[in-house]
Order: sequence, then C-alpha cells, then structure tokens
Amino acid sequence: MSEGTSTPDLFSKFDPLIEQRRALLEHGLTDPFSLVMEKVLSPTRAICNGRDTILLGTYNYMGMTFDPDVIEAGKQALTDFGTGTTGSRVLNGTYQGHKECEEALKEFYDMDHAMVFSTGYLANLGIISAIAGKGDYIVLDIDSHASIWDGCAMGNAEIVPFKHNDIEAMEKRLKRIPEGAGKLVVIEGVYSMLGDVAPLKEMVRIAKENGAMVLVDEAHSMGFIGKNGRGVVEDVDVMDDVDFIIGTFSKSVGTVGGFCVSNHPKFEIMRLVCRPYVFTASLPPSVVATAATSIRKLMHGSNKRAHLWENSRNLHQGLRDLGFQLGTEEAQSAIIAVIMPDLEKGAAMWEALLHEGLYVNLARPPATPANMTLLRCSLCAEHTEEEVRTILGMFERAGKAIGII
Amino acid sequence: MDRATVDATIRTLIEPFNKKEVTIAEETTFAGDLEFDSLTVMDFVAAIEDEFDIIISMNQQAEIEKYGQLVDAVFKSKDG
Repeated sequence: MSEGTSTPDLFSKFDPLIEQRRALLEHGLTDPFSLVMEKVLSPTRAICNGRDTILLGTYNYMGMTFDPDVIEAGKQALTDFGTGTTGSRVLNGTYQGHKECEEALKEFYDMDHAMVFSTGYLANLGIISAIAGKGDYIVLDIDSHASIWDGCAMGNAEIVPFKHNDIEAMEKRLKRIPEGAGKLVVIEGVYSMLGDVAPLKEMVRIAKENGAMVLVDEAHSMGFIGKNGRGVVEDVDVMDDVDFIIGTFSKSVGTVGGFCVSNHPKFEIMRLVCRPYVFTASLPPSVVATAATSIRKLMHGSNKRAHLWENSRNLHQGLRDLGFQLGTEEAQSAIIAVIMPDLEKGAAMWEALLHEGLYVNLARPPATPANMTLLRCSLCAEHTEEEVRTILGMFERAGKAIGII
Repeated sequence: MDRATVDATIRTLIEPFNKKEVTIAEETTFAGDLEFDSLTVMDFVAAIEDEFDIIISMNQQAEIEKYGQLVDAVFKSKDG
C-alpha cells in the first residue's frame, strides 16, 4: 500500500549527528549536553548529579545572580507588577520597569538611546536585519556568534565575511564594496569560544575611514572590560566612533534579556521596524527590575572587576604551567579555552572534571572555530583565590588520568 | 580579461585546496566532488577575491555549486 508513496522523513538529515552522539555515549560517558543542576547554591556552586560542584562554565562573570539588592528588586516587581506582561513592547508590554531598565543602560554607557529586547539573540537578529537592507553590505568576522549570522540571514544585505580578527582582510573587503552602497561592519569585543579580544582600535578606525557604520557585540565584556565596564570599545577608547553596541543581560547582568545602545539621532525608529522587538512578548517585570538594579550596581563594581581579572590571569597561568594548550597567549577576558586533541578526549576530560566536582563547558564544532573541541572555562568575580587553586588541582588530576598532559 | 584567462587563474588557485587531486571540469561540484568544507570554502573564496580584487558575497556563493558557475561569476564581476 505504502509502496511508491513512502513519506520522506524530514529527520533523516540529522542521522549523522544522531550516530555521532550514539557512538560517543555508548562507552558510558555522561551526556555533556544533558546536564541538570539540581540545586544552585551560589554564583559559583551548584549540586550536579548529587555532587557539590564548582561552576566554571557559566557567564555569571560578575556574580550578580544572588546579589541581595537584585533579588529584592525582582521580588518587589513580582508583587507590584505580576509575573509577566503578556504583550509586545509596542503594545501592552512596556511597563515602568522597562523604561527604568533603558534609563539604567543609557547611564551605564553614557549614550542617548537604549532599547531592551527579550534576549541578546533577538537584539542582534533585530538590529542587524533591520538596518542592513537590500543593496547594503555587511562585513563581518567569520567567527561571529550565531545570532549575528542569523541576523544577516534574516535581512537582504550582501554578506561579506573576513578571516577572524584579520584587519587587512577586513580593509580589503571594505574597499571593494561598490561606491554608494551602505556598509555595516559587525565585530565582537570578546569572541566567546577562545576568549580572545578583537583589535577594535584599528578595525573601528578603518571602518570609519571607509564610510561604514559599526556595530560591536560586547556580550562577553560588559561589566569588567574598560574603566567603567563598558567593554572593549571603552578599553581602547573608540566608544565615540561606534554606532551601535549590542549586549545582553544573561551574562554579567545575571538575568536574561538583550539590548542595543546608540547615539544615532534616528535610533528610536528601531522600535517600529525591528521584527524581533515588535513580534514577541516583552520581558517579565521581575526580570527588568533585576536587570536595572544589577546594571546600576555594575557601575560601581571596580573591586569585583579587579578580582575577576586576578582570577582569570591565575587560571590561565596555572593551566599553562600544567601543560595544557590554551586558546590565547595570555588571559584576554574572563574566558579561558582549553584546547582538546579531539571530541572523544574532550568529552572524557569533561566527564572526569565533573567527577572531580568541576563544571566547565564542552564546546565542539560547528560552534567552535577551525573544528576545535574546547573545554571553556569562564570565571566569576565570586570565585575565591583558593577555589582557583582547587580548580587547577582538578585539571591536573583529570588531565593526567585522560592522558592529555 | 577573457573567460579562458579567468579559468586558468582559478585552476592555479584551486590546486592547494584540491587535496584529492580531482580532475577539474566545468561540472565539478565543490561540496560533492571536491569535498570542500566551510573552512576550505572560506579560504578558497578569500584567495579568489584577493587575486581578482572582487567580492564574492555569501549570497553569491550560495548560487555557486559547480566550478563552471564560479568561473562565470568571477568573469562577470571583472567584466561588469
């Protein structure tokens, strides 16, 4: 009966990935992508599989998730405004808290406009797809985050990638764009896979010289890079030449949400033309209240910032001394990427660390550059010096057991 | 620059990427015959862009599956 009319299985395209997962797990490995945290004790500790575990794979860089003032603001907003807005920002979804959150961002960055999205992913998706249209060109780093690529895919602009952090490759491509075309350069301050920083000073200068607008994603630098924690753009003093900064609340701010800040005089029109802003529900009142409180506290976080940098440098130096291969020559951010020889050894090392009581991120292609398997460590300002020493001991034992060092 | 010159130049540029030494014809496909992965495509496209001083955007790349289509696209870019 079904002969000749068999229904093609749309899932057959996933067979290679299903097979790779099966092969990896058949040796009894814990599935690295199905970990559940049963209880979260603090920004740096949780109970995973019944074990007290040090968290070294979150983006909780500034440790704001359990800040008493932040929690109190969230509770108050829950009581005063309820659990959710049930509406878009442009209809019934803009509450006092959303405006206060945008005010906090404008002060934090000292910029004229701020627009809050429901996630960082949506901020990139919305802004990039809205501002670069048919006939415009987007010149972007090949290692850009998925949200940037998806923003490019959603719009109609010509997409021109250049080799990661390669200033000359970027410049050549900008110069080849036909005269009169609109140009947008998209760069990240910190690239999250290897934790390396972009040469923003030169790149922003070259972009401007070639008549391009510049968008910088500072998701992984907010709160601790730059004098006021405004990111790599502040650190290398190019804030005034950058047209748009994209950021997120799901890292240093410690909740969820995304934003774009800008000094562009016509920026407010974005609220009507960004589809990922218009056609989704706004953030719950408790979330924007915690975000606003956290952002204001981050303005005064210089001591925490300094301690986070100490942690990052100590871990980088320690891992290097143990003989691990790292993603950067020196600590450039709060992310330290440990390069694994292959996915099998990487997964085994990840599991051995988990048994030691340490959680790190296992990152694998296609999310990683150059098909690398990485154990990504991201530090928190709340990790103590002693914890960093404990972490190094865990890496040493696991690395020797798996045969990586 | 005529199409034959473009063809000859691209044949030279493709050599270091043609690890399996596949015989290149107009109908040779990059994904299927040459087994180029995304990283190889990026490096190969960059080499062509630099040699001819042109842009081959991702949008254009999506339309190019066969070697002959690439030669046509580069020839058109130089011509136009």
